[in-house]
Amino acid sequence: MIQEIVARFQQKHRTMRYPDGAPPPLPDRFRGRPVVDPARCVTGCHACEAACPTGALSAASPGVFDLGKCLFCPACAAACPHQAISWSANYQLAARERADLVVPREREAIDIKRAALDGALRKLLGRSLKLRQVSAGGCNACEADSNVLTTVGWDLSRFGIQFVASPRHADGLLVTGPVSQNMALALKKTYDALSEPRIVIAVGACAISGGVFAGSPEVGDGASSVVPVDLYIPGCPPHPLTILDGLLRLIGRIST
Amino acid sequence: MNASLTDFARLTNGQAVALDRIPVLDLTRLQASIAACVHAGCRVSALFGAVSPQQGNTRLYVVLADDEQNLLLAAAADAVGDAYPSLTPQCAQVHLFEREIAEQFGVRPEGHPWLKPVRYRRSWTGRDVWQRPAGEAILPAVGDFYRVEGEQVHEVAVGPVHAGVIEPGHFRFQCHGEQVFHLEIALGYQHRGIEEMLLGGPDARTIHLAETLSGDATVAHATAYCQVSEALAGRAASARGQALRGIALELERMATHIGDLGALAGDVGYLPTASFCGRIRGDVLNMTALLCGSRFGRGLVRPGGVGFDVDAERLAELGRRLDACEKDARVAIELLWKTPSVMARFEEVGTVPRAVAVELGLVGPAARAAGLERDIRRDQPCGIFCFSQIPLATYESGDVFARAYVRWLEIQYAIAFIRDQLHALPGGAARLPVGVFAPDQFAVALTEGLRGEVCHVAITDAQGRFARYKVMDPSFHNWAGLAYALRDQEISDFPICNKSFNLSYCGHDL
Repeated sequence: MIQEIVARFQQKHRTMRYPDGAPPPLPDRFRGRPVVDPARCVTGCHACEAACPTGALSAASPGVFDLGKCLFCPACAAACPHQAISWSANYQLAARERADLVVPREREAIDIKRAALDGALRKLLGRSLKLRQVSAGGCNACEADSNVLTTVGWDLSRFGIQFVASPRHADGLLVTGPVSQNMALALKKTYDALSEPRIVIAVGACAISGGVFAGSPEVGDGASSVVPVDLYIPGCPPHPLTILDGLLRLIGRIST
Repeated sequence: MNASLTDFARLTNGQAVALDRIPVLDLTRLQASIAACVHAGCRVSALFGAVSPQQGNTRLYVVLADDEQNLLLAAAADAVGDAYPSLTPQCAQVHLFEREIAEQFGVRPEGHPWLKPVRYRRSWTGRDVWQRPAGEAILPAVGDFYRVEGEQVHEVAVGPVHAGVIEPGHFRFQCHGEQVFHLEIALGYQHRGIEEMLLGGPDARTIHLAETLSGDATVAHATAYCQVSEALAGRAASARGQALRGIALELERMATHIGDLGALAGDVGYLPTASFCGRIRGDVLNMTALLCGSRFGRGLVRPGGVGFDVDAERLAELGRRLDACEKDARVAIELLWKTPSVMARFEEVGTVPRAVAVELGLVGPAARAAGLERDIRRDQPCGIFCFSQIPLATYESGDVFARAYVRWLEIQYAIAFIRDQLHALPGGAARLPVGVFAPDQFAVALTEGLRGEVCHVAITDAQGRFARYKVMDPSFHNWAGLAYALRDQEISDFPICNKSFNLSYCGHDL
């Protein structure tokens, strides 16, 4: 017992102050919301669109970034001959509507007011949200950075949010992966096992749009092809802070 | 062994040769040579099908690892028509390879003792070994399971959706009370069709597919892909880039091993180490993010080297964080070995004897914990590991404790390795240009990922595009080891056995 107490002091108190204090520091090379400098972007160049692996930047939809498809990889910025693309430190990416993730390429924050649950649902789930996680063709990165929220540093349960072992205990699903053909039925059955009202949170580019796997006949185009989605959290994988920010804004714990 | 050796082309890790230099043997001869080489100590790194120039045939390629000679042996043979005699009865470690070939190409290995699908999908050729009706959906894990009959025997089915935040798979236990007679594991739920998506590449998406083969092994798989690319282009990665890949690979190993030890502690109800390690693992992921902005190393490893260079200040910061991490990890993890209630649960549980590990062809920490000296970084070195050796971590007992303790040794060796690299990072460019791929080549690259050997094999067509790209995640070799480890154990030991292997579902399912 003594050794555990000594170790406990050595390891220190680690739970972050956020959201009451500042958010944890992000790495200086963190790739948050991408931004195109319109003064530098040359019309008709298309180098970034050719380099984009998922069509988040596409000639078919000029002027917009689809953050639901974006892998937040460095390819477009590296391909731009005019250094017009940069990555902001803006980690707040979650949105209630899929359409809200299609954003103008120049700097503009997502309308974060739309991230909160409304009325009865917020009253019901705002202080206690139990989630069943379903990986449906995910590569285990989104799963890992969702799971990390349960560690002492993030301590997700202080917000009343927990991952639970059965859909029967859950208020909602947190889905990762593009929904492989082989997981579509299991995902649907898990959703059906939730009691109503129920919500679905899609974490990562795959769960939102199919991500890097979009177009493969072995996968779908994300969670919404099987279940209705209430919150989209972009990234590949999203930083834990992005996921936490999305969850806290969903339950109305933060509003800025 | 010498007679059989002459049947193979000899390659080293990260080498490409002209496809016509891979000997095409008679299938009987190839199988005899594989069996002889495996008997003499080689192991099967890859055995896969591809389109044969002879219409209707399936060309089978094999890559054997001869760890004694630090060589890779490659050869091919055609399976004619829709069946060929199975090699599995003589050579157990090809059992899953033959099932995969059956599923992908519709050729039946006659005499295979347990011929079931691997990923529950349609074949690439339109032929179907199991004669399933064309219009009917193929449901994963639906079909016969190995069953033990008897009045007091019962079956426990778990998954695909599990209790924790974990990937899906189906586990079928044959139990007598608490005692497990047999465990059969059915996977395929995470199948995304990546090998097909890689055909015709490389293109803008290829490196991202390599990075997402198994997310927590992003660096290992991306490095294998880049080594294949560099071999096909006839270019080397920059020395600085290779060293930075090595640092990232060891950070990846540290992060997962620390997380695994925490998870093992949690599963035996020892919460101090569980909560400390959960946090420390995040610190390691943040070190990877210090290098490239992504906690999983996304964007870091690129053909020709790495996508992000580091300056002296960043190296110094990495060194400081490494020192702090080492101290925290030591305190957190050594609690395990000093706590009798933990040791009582870890020792003599889930034992895989050395002979079984050899027969099944296990790799990585699971093999080393059974006493096998098997590590790509030492046996088939490539990149930085040609110049900078890392000690081999082994243990003899093959149980949960051994797999945990080998991880702790590997964490310490990884820290020492990274520290050495930080002080002796080669100068020059972080990334060098890599040109187009040569046509009609056969290239192999292996890396020692956190779970063991990651093996990528590429065959290019006349235009230098991928005509076949085969990925072997270490989990493909090791799932059978987990199933074996459960024999005669209590079913309540499954969680710690499972965590002590920590295998990748998506890496297996591709």
